[in-house]
Amino acid sequence: MSHHIIDFKDVVFRYPDGTEALKGVSFRITHGESVGIVGANGAGKSTLLLQMNGYILPSSGLINIGDLELTKKSRQEIRKKVGVVFQNPDDQLFMPTVYDDVAFGPLNLGMTAERVVDRVNSALQTVGCFDLREKPPHHLSGGQKRAVAIATVLAMEPDILVMDEPSSDLDPKSRRYLIRLLRGFKHTKIIASHDLDFILEVCERCLVIRDGRIVADGPVSDILTKQSLLEENNLELPLSLQKTRMQ
Amino acid sequence: MDFDKEYFNLGLLDTLSYKDTVIHRLDPRTKVIATFAFIVTVVSFPKYEIAGLIPFFLFPALIFSLGDIPVWFILKKVLVVSVFAVFIGIFNPLFDTRVMVNLFGIPVSGGWVSFFSILLKFFLTICSALLLISTTSFPGICHALRKLGIPEIFISQLLFLYRYIFVLIEETLRMVRARDLRSFGKRGQGMSIFINLIGTLFVKTIERAERIYHAMLSRGFSGTIHHIKRDHLRKADFACLSVTGVFLILFRTYDLVNLIGRQAERMF
Repeated sequence: MSHHIIDFKDVVFRYPDGTEALKGVSFRITHGESVGIVGANGAGKSTLLLQMNGYILPSSGLINIGDLELTKKSRQEIRKKVGVVFQNPDDQLFMPTVYDDVAFGPLNLGMTAERVVDRVNSALQTVGCFDLREKPPHHLSGGQKRAVAIATVLAMEPDILVMDEPSSDLDPKSRRYLIRLLRGFKHTKIIASHDLDFILEVCERCLVIRDGRIVADGPVSDILTKQSLLEENNLELPLSLQKTRMQ
Repeated sequence: MDFDKEYFNLGLLDTLSYKDTVIHRLDPRTKVIATFAFIVTVVSFPKYEIAGLIPFFLFPALIFSLGDIPVWFILKKVLVVSVFAVFIGIFNPLFDTRVMVNLFGIPVSGGWVSFFSILLKFFLTICSALLLISTTSFPGICHALRKLGIPEIFISQLLFLYRYIFVLIEETLRMVRARDLRSFGKRGQGMSIFINLIGTLFVKTIERAERIYHAMLSRGFSGTIHHIKRDHLRKADFACLSVTGVFLILFRTYDLVNLIGRQAERMF
């Protein structure tokens, strides 16, 4: 299916102060792939994610999401296809109750009230937070906030799911739950994280970014086992692999 | 620390509003209208009225007990703001020295009577407002106001205020804590540090606002926040509204205290 493809061609992004955050990035992610994006702090991961739904537009180069080229005009359409889960759930959950928040996106899509209710209920059930629906976000735990943040995006039924550091601030049980949840999704997934074990468990493919360029692209099992490559990028072997090495 | 305590207070008021009692279950619109009507009725009494106001204490008493609200908690809050009422009325006894009544042989001037009346009205209105917010969730009140015709833009502002006041306070709390842990005695607690703290908080807030706006755009925001209809007026709401209305009119038009007194006189 062509409409779930993300295609970056020579994308360059310069911030207004002249800093080049992306210096020619090209990659293609096809339908159903799950891709991890790793790299040192400040390598350009967040900038890359911000481009995926057109919050910032490339200074030069082309981005295609499905059949659409990302432009100022098309980004409203693209936002319906690409759901972004932000790093801090407090930024993502801005409505007074969980229910209102999950309904926010579907209502903006102009759906009828009954369909919105269906979507909200099923999204909340998927992440196991249906019982929290009347709660205000400040009464939720970190793990619950994260799950609800994912539900807010799921309710829009995007083709592509983009997540920035989904496992930060989670206790091990919530993290495990999130891994299981994400593995169950059929969406195309793009996950930026420093939690390499998380990437190892959820993703099939991995991109390594350094100084605004992609320096490695391949199956996780290849990339995340190359100690020298990882260490050049301020990373290290996933903990689960370190253990087996020692034995 | 004081800051922590105040935050806890705000949090408690918020937690109370999510209880599940007869009062909490009423539609927010009912409670907003009833409270508004109550306040208008209380304020409409003439300036020397005292006896006529007494029956109105039944309303807060009823809500306290039915809504399972801790009385002291609310009374303390009323006490804190009572300073304003005292300042409004404090000069009445000085200006209005005409003797109105003799209480057990002590002449009481009109100024004191009106001062006391102001205090009573103040207590009743503030108490009912606090009871409204401790028996109705803040989003509930906002939605009620919206349905009663308050412009959308104000409602959105209020909802965002409610959503982020807790986030902002927690952020401030963390910064204040971090400062306190690394400052000893007077050093580090000075005005210049405080100004820096406020500045940082301001910058952080702007950054957060930007991220929130981004999150809104990502989910198709295009200028208006849509809402889904969830509350329904039920029989209990109409019953509550009509009973409140009847009693308000009754208490306003008949001097009940006087009537009861006369009745008692006749009996004995």
